[in-house]
Amino acid sequence: MRSRNVLTGVLLGAGSVAGTLVFRRRLARRQERVDVYFGDGSMLSLAKPGEAEPLLRRARQILDLAG
Amino acid sequence: MDAAAALERLREISSQVRAAVIFERGGKIVGSTLGDEGRAKRVAAEAEALLDDAERRRSGADGAAEFAQLEVALRDGSVFVVRDGKRLIVATTAPEPTVGLVFYDLKSTLRELETKPEPAPRKRAPAKRKAPARTARAKKPKPDAKS
Repeated sequence: MRSRNVLTGVLLGAGSVAGTLVFRRRLARRQERVDVYFGDGSMLSLAKPGEAEPLLRRARQILDLAG
Repeated sequence: MDAAAALERLREISSQVRAAVIFERGGKIVGSTLGDEGRAKRVAAEAEALLDDAERRRSGADGAAEFAQLEVALRDGSVFVVRDGKRLIVATTAPEPTVGLVFYDLKSTLRELETKPEPAPRKRAPAKRKAPARTARAKKPKPDAKS
């Protein structure tokens, strides 16, 4: 009986961890961001609202214009 | 391949791309899926400003680096800008596109533009039939001719 309770607890814990990971991943994917790739193979990712905002504004303008 | 054909092919192979404009820095429009040229010019101008801004941020960090491609992910969709040589392409997609695939398709479109169409095989001029050479044949004496 006790081992069954332990197993249920472990399964619930594992399920909640997996659910949190999936939720955070989806949330991160939905976040507005700018990824810039350069010729030398380096990459710059701007996700903080302050630093990415001017580029995001221009991109929104492009989306509006392109329809 | 010309720009119109390359963009047509892009729309065939990529269902994720909604609109695209091919341009050169300085505002020269090479091709566009947007019917209105004025709108295409404004999109190209915004895209150029976008990548100028992105390049400035990088050069501010550690030396100048050449821009290759960028993706801006927004809630309403994504904006992609890809460079190949002197040409650039800006494209818009629906939200959460397959980023790698879109980059690949846009790069392929720019590369297709670079390839020159194969010249049509030249038709060979029909060979002139040689007129039979007129050679003076010595008349053979007829065997029954009496000399």
